[in-house]
Amino acid sequence: MTPGTPGQPFSFKDCTLTAIATGKRAQNLRELRDRLTSVDEGCIYYHFWGGRLRPQFDEPEFNNDFAAWSKHSLRDDVVAERLSVIDPTSFRSLEELRNEVIDVIEERLSERELIPWALSDQQFSFIRSQIVVFNTSSEIHAAEELATMIPQVPTSSIFYHFIDARRRTEDGRDDFSNWLQGLDGDYSDLVARLAEVDPYFVSLSDLRSQLADVFSTHFAGQAERSA
Amino acid sequence: MQHHIDAYAPITGKDVIEQLRQLAEPLRGMKVVHVNSTRMGGGVAEILHKMIPLMNDLGLDTHWEVIEGNSDFYQCTKSFHNAMQGNQVVLSDALLRNYEETNAQNAERLRPALEDADIVIIHDPQPAPLLRHFPDRKGTWIWRCHIDASQPYRPVWKYLRPFLADYDASIWSLSDFAQPLPHPQYLVPPSIDPLSDKNIDLPEDEIAAVRERFDIDPARPLITQISRFDRFKDPVGVIQAYQLATRFIPGLQLVLAGGGASDDPEGEAVLNEVYAAADKDPDVKILLLPADAHRTINALQRASDIVLQKSTREGFGLTVTEAMWKGRPVIGGNTGGIRLQVINHHTGFLVSTPEGAALRTRYLLNQREILESIGQKAQSFVRDNFLLTRRLGEYLTMMVILAKGHGDRVEL
Repeated sequence: MTPGTPGQPFSFKDCTLTAIATGKRAQNLRELRDRLTSVDEGCIYYHFWGGRLRPQFDEPEFNNDFAAWSKHSLRDDVVAERLSVIDPTSFRSLEELRNEVIDVIEERLSERELIPWALSDQQFSFIRSQIVVFNTSSEIHAAEELATMIPQVPTSSIFYHFIDARRRTEDGRDDFSNWLQGLDGDYSDLVARLAEVDPYFVSLSDLRSQLADVFSTHFAGQAERSA
Repeated sequence: MQHHIDAYAPITGKDVIEQLRQLAEPLRGMKVVHVNSTRMGGGVAEILHKMIPLMNDLGLDTHWEVIEGNSDFYQCTKSFHNAMQGNQVVLSDALLRNYEETNAQNAERLRPALEDADIVIIHDPQPAPLLRHFPDRKGTWIWRCHIDASQPYRPVWKYLRPFLADYDASIWSLSDFAQPLPHPQYLVPPSIDPLSDKNIDLPEDEIAAVRERFDIDPARPLITQISRFDRFKDPVGVIQAYQLATRFIPGLQLVLAGGGASDDPEGEAVLNEVYAAADKDPDVKILLLPADAHRTINALQRASDIVLQKSTREGFGLTVTEAMWKGRPVIGGNTGGIRLQVINHHTGFLVSTPEGAALRTRYLLNQREILESIGQKAQSFVRDNFLLTRRLGEYLTMMVILAKGHGDRVEL
């Protein structure tokens, strides 16, 4: 049973991630393109999504590692900006996402006379990850309980239900939205509010606070209207 | 001093400890054996002294075994260590033969402990050949490399590689350090123990006493670099940065603190250069501290306004982590693991020259609110990413995957 199965209690899960070096590296934009064609699909996941659970500063400038490396090591702002607007949730599979990244890089390669290079100690290292998902003892039965539960769950649980879910679920949505839509009652406003929360440019703890705000504001307003 | 896992809850939050317990549940009762080459001294022993009681606390049956060797063995493995860091070394056939024979002898002695273990973690090159002597091993064997092996001396790496290739997995501190091997290569960054003497909160009077002991004026700003006197740490560059900054901040004080250099001729030469560069400036304190002066170093970091780590080459840079944990902004060399920790304008500044270090020092000392805010962010960054509990979680995650799962996702 998936965590947000409609009609069932919402069981919070948690996850931990471990990173694995692949030994594949790129020092210029062409090498990045070439390696991207052959690296394990898990690398695409890690450099777009999984990295959120690794040691990194919590206010990322870019939403994926390819864009950040292009900016900071290749110093090619154009390709960095183009890579940074790729929305991974809009692709049905990691293969499609991989192809989009390659397309953006190839377009840039065709525009440039000289290929941008990084210093030898700033090569791009391809990393893949493995995730362990486990149950927690937290479970809720009613939507209103989200407002009190969310501030208490670990940030890695927020990652699992709000970020990782987007590539796990058929419609690319988070677990909370899927669960709410299967409950009795109209939660379409709340689901729309959740869709407005951009998980990429805030820390996981700030993301948890934003979600807590969305739920508490919604249910406080609902209580006022009922009164 | 050993601490129980619950002692970390006030620092990390109860949810982190609860997560560790849940993660350890499927590993409960498993026999895990760590093997290294010394029980006292060195970073690996320090880590194991802390890690093993915590793993036992979480229900794993964890043990620690140490291999024994003669002076030739340690001479050989010291050379391996240097070679892994890129230094050219010459090793005779006799030394290599002794290395392999010592491992063979230790394998017989340790057979009862290792043969039936569920997970064996071999630390660094010293015990690496043990694996070959356990063809009937029951468990998963992992090699843990604590060394910056980003540019190993190739002949030595070529010699060691066959001993490492047969392991089920290896663990490296950074992806840049990992050398290609035919098994999963896990990345687990180093971490600090917030409850150790190096990092624990200190009473204000203890910090004041250290200031007084080294004649540091509490009314004037202080910048500090803690590291051994090694050219890669660029202590002379730090003095140059201080000298440039004092033109604008005349009251500035500098502390350069590190271990003595008695067994290192290169260190002695660097130290002499440092004394010459300081030119008897009374506001430059060059301190040679004993290896166990953890609380003194802790106090010096806390007494500082800014901590520098102006390395030109660095492994992970745990002194950076330690300074950040104390809420101090770090001005660090743009190299190695410092890049992973120092984020411009957020946790400190990366610099490439003494001029850059001087500029950032002036900026921060003139913008006290920003200095405070960066210090707070630095501490929070370490809390989230580089504490011992985080490392323990990554070890447990890896063990669960190796023991229970295949593929990229394991659902418990």
